[in-house]
Amino acid sequence: MSDQFNWLYTDIVKDHFTNPRNVLRDEENFPADGNGITGNIKCGDQMQFLIQVDKVNNTIKDCRWRTYGCASAIASTSVLSEMVKGMKLDDAYRLTPKDIIKNLGSLPEHKIHCSVLGDKALRAAIDDYYRRNGMADKIKHEEARVICQCMNVTDHEIEEAVLDGARTYIELQERTKLGTVCGQCEEEATELLNKYIEEHFGGNLKLL
Amino acid sequence: MPDRFIYLDHNATTPLHPEVKNTITEMMEIYGNPSSLHSAGRIARQKIEQSRETVAGFIGAAPDEIIFVGSGSEANNTVLNSLSCSSQVCRLERKSRDSIITTAIEHPCIMETSKCLRERGFPVNHLPVDVNGKVKIDKLRELLTYQTALVSVMYANNEIGTIQDIKTIAEITHSRGAFFHTDAVQAVGKIPVDVKDLNVDFLTLSAHKIYGPKGIGALYIRRGTPFCPMIRGGHQERGRRAGTENTIGIVAFAKAIEMRQQEMHDEAERLNRFRKILIDGIKNNIPDVQFNGHPTDVLPGTLNVSFVGAEGESILLYLDLEGIGVSTGSACASGSLDPSHVILATGIGAELAHGSIRISMGRENTLDDIQYTISALKRVIQRVRDMSTTYQRKTA
Repeated sequence: MSDQFNWLYTDIVKDHFTNPRNVLRDEENFPADGNGITGNIKCGDQMQFLIQVDKVNNTIKDCRWRTYGCASAIASTSVLSEMVKGMKLDDAYRLTPKDIIKNLGSLPEHKIHCSVLGDKALRAAIDDYYRRNGMADKIKHEEARVICQCMNVTDHEIEEAVLDGARTYIELQERTKLGTVCGQCEEEATELLNKYIEEHFGGNLKLL
Repeated sequence: MPDRFIYLDHNATTPLHPEVKNTITEMMEIYGNPSSLHSAGRIARQKIEQSRETVAGFIGAAPDEIIFVGSGSEANNTVLNSLSCSSQVCRLERKSRDSIITTAIEHPCIMETSKCLRERGFPVNHLPVDVNGKVKIDKLRELLTYQTALVSVMYANNEIGTIQDIKTIAEITHSRGAFFHTDAVQAVGKIPVDVKDLNVDFLTLSAHKIYGPKGIGALYIRRGTPFCPMIRGGHQERGRRAGTENTIGIVAFAKAIEMRQQEMHDEAERLNRFRKILIDGIKNNIPDVQFNGHPTDVLPGTLNVSFVGAEGESILLYLDLEGIGVSTGSACASGSLDPSHVILATGIGAELAHGSIRISMGRENTLDDIQYTISALKRVIQRVRDMSTTYQRKTA
């Protein structure tokens, strides 16, 4: 179902868009152990994610979310909210838009950047939980650096793509979807691409 | 599509008028090349020339001042690009003038073409608009020089419906000897347009905005105005637009215009009434809204409204599930990260631009449609705001 005009009508997307799960209601009392917010209204989307943590098993007990966002942000975060219940914090932390889209069936390419909001907000909520509970050392923003803001692609993913065979910027884009929205990260991504090719393959395969 | 679909996106395009459908069916028998001398060709030629008279007459032009083109975008591209022709003849005709003044709220076909011209070294200025979308005329006076070749200002805006004071703007433009073009695809057939009264040099028209088929438009070129064709080849359209004429499209366009002549006046009154009902209905049922565009100088069926704390694409798609088709200025619907340049140009801010919805009504809409739309909007906005991170909750 890659038809960009009928994406709303894939059964799973339509179901989650018409009946979004785990939305935080005004009248509801939801004491959160972690509360994360991401996005920017100027860019047209914002996402808030709240989690309750089972502190014995280090799992997400329950969650809620809210968004100022488009249909695919609503559907993808609704799916994400179902995925993370009962999940280990460490595993939830590593979720990527790809994992969400897999559970959603599919999204057209130009809609994928909307779905990165959910996992970003979730990580922000987990970070908040770590911060509140003296585990700030587990916060990983130093480790993986986001290079492509639009598609939420990190330097780690660029490295993985290189190991996976990407040798040109276009191949990197095909694998990671990096730089497919605003394109501002092209220069930095190309530098990293060359760096990892150099590191792993001895520099015989330079990007022209 | 749901069983009942209320189409409220007439500024995007319109359904064919039933009379136009009949004309198209009849015209399928007319196959001759209008340039052929035999009788099959002459029949086609006659149909085209009759159509040219109809289209010209509707806007107060002479038939030889009208050329048929493939779209409004083509007409607009042709006018702007004629400036970049470096042939000696064209340069002499424009007396070495090389700059363009246009506005911040034009259709992308003007925005993109002027961007390209600027990159090729032609100075381009964009006139700002006020909060209602009216072009700042003082700024035009300031920017207009004897180097200005062309001023291009859209007659009525597709997104917010604001109607410009074209007559005044054309007069100011001519006072410095520049030529004046107006993209009137949203105006012709909705409000009275007369090229002689307006005193314009170029005017763009399109069929599919007024219940005609897609793929056919026209350009008015005032007699004696320098002109450089964009498509060269045969001698069609008196050498001004090559390519075998779209006979079916041209005749259907003329039919659509003929029907506008009969229906426009009453329809404008009806749509203005619906517009007021819609405004009151929204005001009375939904808090925190803002209406965009000019309160009175506005197209009869166009209403642009922003809902605080609600994102436009999700509004659009929830309305679609309710069986209503509208459009939005939100970035998410455009495929880019930027919201509508038109709404932003009015200075209302990005959030309200992302939350803007355009309702554009047309000839087949009924009062019942409008009332249903008000009730659906109430449900949908409530629903989107309930999920919103930004909507200021009374209970929070």
